[in-house]
Parts: sequence; structure tokens; C-alpha cells
Amino acid sequence: MKNNVYIYIFIMAAVTYAIRVLPLTLIRKQIKNRFIRSFLYYVPYVTLAVMTFPSILNATQSPYSGAAALIIGIAAAWFGFDLFKVALSCCGIVLIIELFQ
Amino acid sequence: MNKKTQYHLSLTDKKTAFLNGLRDGIPIGLGYLAVSFSLGITAKNAGLTAFQGFIVSFFCNASAGEYVGFTLIAAGATYLEMAIATLIANARYLLMSCAMSQRMQNETPLYHRLLMACDITDELFGIAVARPGYLNPYYTYGAVVIASPLWAAGTALGVVAGNVLPLRLVSALGVALYGMFIAIIIPPAKTNKIIAGIIIICFVLSYTAGHIPLISEFSDGTRTIILTVVISAAAAVLFPYNADESKEVTQ
Repeated sequence: MKNNVYIYIFIMAAVTYAIRVLPLTLIRKQIKNRFIRSFLYYVPYVTLAVMTFPSILNATQSPYSGAAALIIGIAAAWFGFDLFKVALSCCGIVLIIELFQ
Repeated sequence: MNKKTQYHLSLTDKKTAFLNGLRDGIPIGLGYLAVSFSLGITAKNAGLTAFQGFIVSFFCNASAGEYVGFTLIAAGATYLEMAIATLIANARYLLMSCAMSQRMQNETPLYHRLLMACDITDELFGIAVARPGYLNPYYTYGAVVIASPLWAAGTALGVVAGNVLPLRLVSALGVALYGMFIAIIIPPAKTNKIIAGIIIICFVLSYTAGHIPLISEFSDGTRTIILTVVISAAAAVLFPYNADESKEVTQ
């Protein structure tokens, strides 16, 4: 049986809001636990890295253009381009490569 | 109205902060429009309508979290799986919210906290905490008023126009989201060798996990959850994060 899309959406919205609102309303003091602080600190980088590779290779028509987007994106971010320009460079290189395939 | 007098925000303060927020929100909103367009293509592939894409983005305001959600909807995951995956994919907002809690003026009324929490994203958090002193709710509102509708509209456009565009263009726009992820993880890796090393390990393990029997049977979302918890916990044990450097988190 297929699940209801609106229940999925409700769960996504409710969980996302809970994550954002609970610390801001409940925490009025500094967090002391070193493990929790460290864990929370690393989570964003780990999640995003895990989601980026190897998925980016399957996002394009050929894995080569996906790999090129990854390399160009890393280079652009490394040299200090902002978020929008990094995203744009990734799109641009895929467009150029797939134009010649 | 007692709270307002305690709270030290004049009407001019509010107005100036709101207008500054609007101004800073414009480039963010335009970036959102482009990135959420590619998110809309994912939503379309998961079988969502433009309206559904719009409300997901309007209420969630989360790039990676929504992306995971759409892939789980496409896979017909259980509701519990959806809740856990959303929690993990958005865990960084928990950290940002914690960081913001440390920068709030103590008397800030609850309704400001409830509203400010709605749109904590990497970019909007970044510009808010980059300002000196206590966080001003009206600055956040100004930025959100412009950025959030563009994020939602872009997603709806992606659903509608995603299949009208040539395949090549869709393919190009599809990597915008990954570009956004890369733009978030690479700058800190430049100054922090531990983060750089962890990113490489993540890439290797994420690739390997897709090829190991048993683990590769799990859905993408579940694999992401497992890898995130395991790698982050290991990193937290091996390289405890120094609390004194906590200011860096705000970047």
C-alpha cells in the first residue's frame, strides 16, 4: 500500500521545526558535554559529505560530468567563491561537457 | 507591553534591522531560487505535484533534509524511517539553534524565539550570527521574508518546468544542490585539517557502503543515517572539539 504524501510532508515539517525550535527556546545556558558538542559539530559536514559522494556521479547523464562537477565545485569553494557561484560552476561544467557528448 | 520596555528595541531599531535583513536576503533568495529549482526536479521524480513541492519547501526550508525526504517518498519508506532521516539530515540546524540560543538577549519573548526558529538555514544563520551583539529578530525576519518565498517558489517551478527543459539542462541543474553542499563543507576544510580528513573518509566510506553486501541493501537514506552517526561519533571521540573554538562553528 502506498503511504500518504501529506503525512510524509507533515512528518518532515514537524521534525524539522522541532529540531530548530527546541534548542532556541529551551537552552538558556552553555552546553558543557564535550562529546555532544563535538558530535553536533561534526554532524553537518559528515552528512553533507556522505550525501554528495558518490550520488553526484549519478545525478548527471554520465558519471564523468558528475565527477567534473565535483572537482570544479571543490576548487571553486576552496578558492572562496560563495554558495551561489559554486553551485553555478557545477551546473556550468556539466552543461559544457554534456554539450560535446 | 511590559516585555517591550524590558527588551530595549525601539521602532527605529526594528525598522533598520528589518530593512538590512531584506537587503541581505536578496542574494540569498536568488541563490535559493536556483538551487530549489533542482530540488523541485527531485520532488517531481518522487511523484510530487508543484503544490506539494511548494508546501514542503515553505514549511521545511531545508536543502539536504528535503532532498532526503523526497528520495524516501520515492522509495516508499516507512513514516518512522522518514522521521529519523529528517532528524539526521537536519541535525546541523540543531547545532545552529544551540549556537543561536547562546546569542539571544535573555528577555527575548518566546514568540520571537518560535518565529526565528522557522527558517534557520546555513545561509540565514550565517548572516544573522555574523552581526555583532545579540541577535535581532527583525533582521532575521527581513531576510526570511525575501528568501523563504523564493525557496518555495523555486521548488514549485522545478516540479513544473523540470520535465519541459531539455535533458542536458536538467542534468546540469541537478548538480546545483550538490554544489550547495560542497560550498558548505569545503571552506571549513581549508582551515581545519581534521574536517578535511573526515570529508575524504566520508567519501570513501559512502562509496564503499554502496558496494558492501548487506549494507548496500539499505536505502540511500538509511545508509546516510548510519554513516553520519558512526563517523560523527568516531570523530567526536578521536578528535574532541575544543569548546574555545566554538566561534568557528558560526561560519
